[in-house]
Amino acid sequence: MSVGLNHYLFLAAVLFVLGLYAVITKKNAVTVLMGIELILNAANINFVAFSRYTDTDMDGQVFAIFVIVTAAAAAAVALAIVLNLYERLKSINLDEADSLSG
Amino acid sequence: MQDIMFYMFAALTIASAGVMVFSRSVIYSAVGLLFTFFGVAGIYVLLAADFVAVAQVMIYVGGILVLLLFGVMLSQRVTGVNMRTETLQTVPAAIVAVGVLFILFRVISKTEWLVKAKTTFEPTTAKLGTLLMTDYLIPFEIVSVLLLGALIGAAFIARKG
Repeated sequence: MSVGLNHYLFLAAVLFVLGLYAVITKKNAVTVLMGIELILNAANINFVAFSRYTDTDMDGQVFAIFVIVTAAAAAAVALAIVLNLYERLKSINLDEADSLSG
Repeated sequence: MQDIMFYMFAALTIASAGVMVFSRSVIYSAVGLLFTFFGVAGIYVLLAADFVAVAQVMIYVGGILVLLLFGVMLSQRVTGVNMRTETLQTVPAAIVAVGVLFILFRVISKTEWLVKAKTTFEPTTAKLGTLLMTDYLIPFEIVSVLLLGALIGAAFIARKG
């Protein structure tokens, strides 16, 4: 069976679920961020695959580029927040950042 | 040939993503993520998206991954047990993940996609540039201002500390 659209969608689904699992289970803020990057990559594979396998021209690839740029912005802001969290708590475990929960 | 390449890149991507998710050490996770990004770049090449593949390697591997490693190095002791990441709620998370995976697989295989495959491999950079300067000009400008604001804001937040 030759590789078609479904194969790419299955691959993206597996990546998405792995990222979701990392986001739910990890305590470390940086690894949660890595899980988010996995999820964004899975979405990007879908964008590019649909751009290749349907008769829309290149729109999927343009969206993939926008997603990459937004991911870069998100990573920069998130790491600034992580550094501040470390300043305050001397730890970046997310379950210790609970001062809002009364 | 293309099929073999697809399975190789898919195996690389999923295996290294698995290393990233299931390893205990943050550094191992970062290395797994590195190979995941390279595998996804290979997938983009197979999908005839050469510019996106190069952008993936440059921005993710050269930018985001280095930022993540800086975040790791600046916020933990490099030698010692603090490099580990603990997990919690693994059983409910596994149930949710397997459920989502099942639903996604079912939806993907049941849907009749309107497939109209392109078979040629053409350079995409010129076309992408034209699209970014015509149809997608407004999103392009907005995302540039977003990136500028995010980077200035990140530098400001991190400096005040």
